[in-house]
Amino acid sequence: MSAVDLAEISVRELNQRLHDLAPGANETEWTISNPRGRHAIAVGLDAPANLHIDGHVGYYCGGMNKQASIQIDGNAGQGLAENIMSGTVHCTGNASQSAGASGHGGLVVVEGDASSRCGISMKGVDIVVGGSIGHFSAFMAQAGHLVVCGDAGDGLGDSIYEAFIYVGGNVGSLGADCIEKEMTDAHRQTLAELLAKAGIEDDITRFRRFGSARELYNFNIDNAGNY
Amino acid sequence: MVDERKLKRSETFPPETIAEIQRAADEGIYSIRGSGAKRRVPNFDDLILLGASMSRYPLEGYREACETNVTIGARNAKKPIELDIPITIAGMSFGALGANAKKALGLAATMMGTSTTTGDGGMTDEEREASKILVYQYLPSRYGMQPDQLRRADAIEIVVGQGAKPGGGGMLLGQKITERVANMRILPEGIDQRSACRHPDFTGPDDLQIKIQELREITDWQIPIYIKIGASRTRYDVMLAVKAGADAIVLDGMQGGTAASQDVFIEDVGIPTLPALRQAVEALQELDLHREIQLIVSGGIRTGADVAKALAMGADAVSLGMASLMALNCNAPIYIEDYEALGTKPGYCHHCHTGRCPVGVTTQDPELEARLDPEEGARRVRNYLTTLTLECQTLARACGKSHVHNLEPEDLAALTIEAAAMAGVPLAGTDWIPGHNGG
Repeated sequence: MSAVDLAEISVRELNQRLHDLAPGANETEWTISNPRGRHAIAVGLDAPANLHIDGHVGYYCGGMNKQASIQIDGNAGQGLAENIMSGTVHCTGNASQSAGASGHGGLVVVEGDASSRCGISMKGVDIVVGGSIGHFSAFMAQAGHLVVCGDAGDGLGDSIYEAFIYVGGNVGSLGADCIEKEMTDAHRQTLAELLAKAGIEDDITRFRRFGSARELYNFNIDNAGNY
Repeated sequence: MVDERKLKRSETFPPETIAEIQRAADEGIYSIRGSGAKRRVPNFDDLILLGASMSRYPLEGYREACETNVTIGARNAKKPIELDIPITIAGMSFGALGANAKKALGLAATMMGTSTTTGDGGMTDEEREASKILVYQYLPSRYGMQPDQLRRADAIEIVVGQGAKPGGGGMLLGQKITERVANMRILPEGIDQRSACRHPDFTGPDDLQIKIQELREITDWQIPIYIKIGASRTRYDVMLAVKAGADAIVLDGMQGGTAASQDVFIEDVGIPTLPALRQAVEALQELDLHREIQLIVSGGIRTGADVAKALAMGADAVSLGMASLMALNCNAPIYIEDYEALGTKPGYCHHCHTGRCPVGVTTQDPELEARLDPEEGARRVRNYLTTLTLECQTLARACGKSHVHNLEPEDLAALTIEAAAMAGVPLAGTDWIPGHNGG
């Protein structure tokens, strides 16, 4: 177990130690105390380490994560786990805007609420939010799954490509080319697995599914008003 | 028989405008095309170098050294970029360009000791292998954005804007979204890709400052971080880029090219390279950071004279996009029937967006791409870059400079009042700079 106190060492020193982890290193368990909202904590990891961050983090915590499992006991600032490739970033509190933005893989869990632009530009990541999300979430979402147990704000899934969205509560409004789609047993199975992976219990029968109507994939003058 | 002398051409509705109105009426959509602004704007042709005579002492043209090297990004990075020549290859994506074109540019840049740049969709192995110094663009779409690629890059260029379309996102039409391009960007094959114009996880310069901190942390503060802006409110944009923590600023004027954009965007948004460069230099000087934060200017650089004039105005380096493609035979008078099939002629072609590039540069079609041999293309681009460098050195020596960076605004004069005002150099034969000292 490696214990790092960010009141004692800098974020730079922490990240360097994490980047220097050799493949197969024994130093896999890390606790990080006193994050105090600092930015860019544990970014760019590429090792199967387990990090436990005790407190609130600033922008981009877990950004571009590969392999590592990062748990934040607290709230997270903007761009939580942005461009995550694999591994898990789990926030027990609320997250600010752009959580999981452009993530290519892995799992992002926010037990509380996430803000606007959650899952924007997502490219394969799975995101599970226990609470609600703000406006413009899953904008241009290309691939992956966004699960929202609470409500979604306006413009959900605007210009969405092939990502899947599941919402348990209300949707403010849908963005361009985003429509409600049939919820099959296969979708319910996927949803149940995602909730289980995230460690969040919910009634899957109340969820609705949203995705792309695929009407804006190629320009058609008849759809000009939807752009 | 029509008497041609009596035909009165309308300046408001010349034939090309009438044709555009009728095209719009037929199609109901804006015109999309490649290349940069075609309208005449004040440019480096409107400036001249003064050379040496009684009051200045020239260097011997063929004997005395005139250095051309430049270091970029030494402010924060442990490994700044060291270029042998102040001429780089601008960001152009694999997707917009074929793999052979990307490889040719990389090989040529490596031979010349300069850098080339990725584009939307990420880095290909071919271009990484071909390019000794490769700048990795970090774009709003984040298509193909992989941290492993970021770590393989020699510098990061955060693209906020592009000269052809400040305020606009990228575009790649379905005919160029082949299986490989689609896979790299995680998009359905054949869709009309419209890239975002805003980054997904920062919204302004304060956020960008933290984004730069994150990128530096991920790359362990090893490599420089550039910010690329399209020329518009340049003075403010440069100051904000500095505030955000850029090591270098890439400034792209409105003549800068694009693979596909709305014609109205290309022609009617942004300001020319000439005034933007002056504003950028003034902003850096005001912050006392000129030459400490490097300024790389692009948009309509074609000749060694353009390079010399840009450096004299205060740029640290220039970047070439369209011109480097022309060295690869873009718009060359070959395969003329294929230009005609696109409804155009060599010299006028801007059909990069169609993917039907007659000379195999901006295409993903294997048959067309085979027309560009990467080794031969590399030789042509190397020759072109060599010529630009020799021309620039010749002019610098004529002005008495032993390094091209010693060129200065004092070496310049303008041929038009507009260029004098925009570049901030005197109208030739006068000491008048419009807008200066109340003039």
